[in-house]
Amino acid sequence: MKRFIRIFSNGLIRENPLLMLMIGLCSALAVTTATANGLGMGLSMTFVLLMSEIVISSFRKLIPESIRIPIFIIVIAAFTTIIDYVLKAYFPDLSKAMGVFIPLIVVNCIIMGRVEGFASKKPLRDAIPDALGMGLGYTWVLTGISAIRELLGNGTILNIRIMPDSYQPILFFVLSPGGFFVFSLFIAFNLWLKSRLKPLEEEQA
Amino acid sequence: MTLFKIFISAFLIDNVILMRFLALCPFIGMSSDEDKSVGMGLAVIFVTLLATSATWPLYHFVLKPLGLEFLQILVFILIIAALVQLVEFYLKKSAPALYASMGIYLALITTNCAILAVTFDNISKGYNFAESLVYAFGVASGFMLSLLLLAGVRNRIKTSPIPAFLKGTPILFVAASLLSMAFMGFSGLVK
Repeated sequence: MKRFIRIFSNGLIRENPLLMLMIGLCSALAVTTATANGLGMGLSMTFVLLMSEIVISSFRKLIPESIRIPIFIIVIAAFTTIIDYVLKAYFPDLSKAMGVFIPLIVVNCIIMGRVEGFASKKPLRDAIPDALGMGLGYTWVLTGISAIRELLGNGTILNIRIMPDSYQPILFFVLSPGGFFVFSLFIAFNLWLKSRLKPLEEEQA
Repeated sequence: MTLFKIFISAFLIDNVILMRFLALCPFIGMSSDEDKSVGMGLAVIFVTLLATSATWPLYHFVLKPLGLEFLQILVFILIIAALVQLVEFYLKKSAPALYASMGIYLALITTNCAILAVTFDNISKGYNFAESLVYAFGVASGFMLSLLLLAGVRNRIKTSPIPAFLKGTPILFVAASLLSMAFMGFSGLVK
């Protein structure tokens, strides 16, 4: 159980895929104009990551070394197709808002990186917490960015009005420059958080 | 005229990096100096055109008549990965000099989302073959342009005083944000 929590928590801050490893950025900035989109994208991504890690970790001893990359791609592409069609069928609005970024989950470096670097070498009981941790690490950052952008750019969160009516929405935040800007603040915040956590961890050790 | 419009809107107005947030990984990773960004840019232009000329006919003459549209994601990514490998082998064998300067970029391109996105866009926007090629060229040139711009900015950042909490990667995104704001000026260029 302790092991589960340690691997799981790794993805949340210390090795957060977006803020520390700087991978999988494209979807993180493009879809985060509204909180619902950020949440939807994060959960879709977590689903694909979890399923791919489960499949590849279970079959890791059967996959020949030399053709492992094409096999990984096929597995990831299959789950991406599934989530693409599920969203189209049950959440047509969300699917439309995220557009091409759902099929692009297939080339998201987070999934390829975790599958190649983790799931293909570790047993299933390590792969599952890793997928969940990385997936949720991705999801919280996405949700955070999109909540800030929606609140400042539109005055709402999840389409519920938060700001008073007199609030003049700052259009900057929902347009693309705002995405880059809010993300830069997130990285800066995470770096600061990490530098504060470091002495604390050393004290405990 | 329409071809020119498609090119301009792909190149400037809907700039692949600054407006649509595609291909951010190479944008941050490969823009540390101008030579690198030109190399990466040329490799992307080449592969995007190649990928478009392979996937467009495949979709319209094979997948669509057979009713296999749901295999689009799977087929496209495999085609692109295979193409990149073939080009790599070919260059290694017949043009070692070119391979030495372009080779490392080719390997990274398979997971460049801009290329995959272009091939999907060509289908979903209903472009014909010529329009697809022009669109692909526009997007890829736009990629190279933004990479070069950021490389230039990064040169300046090295010698500028930067607020301590933005040092390192955060300042790159602030720079990207300003570039992106400049590119918003292009909207409305094509009606």
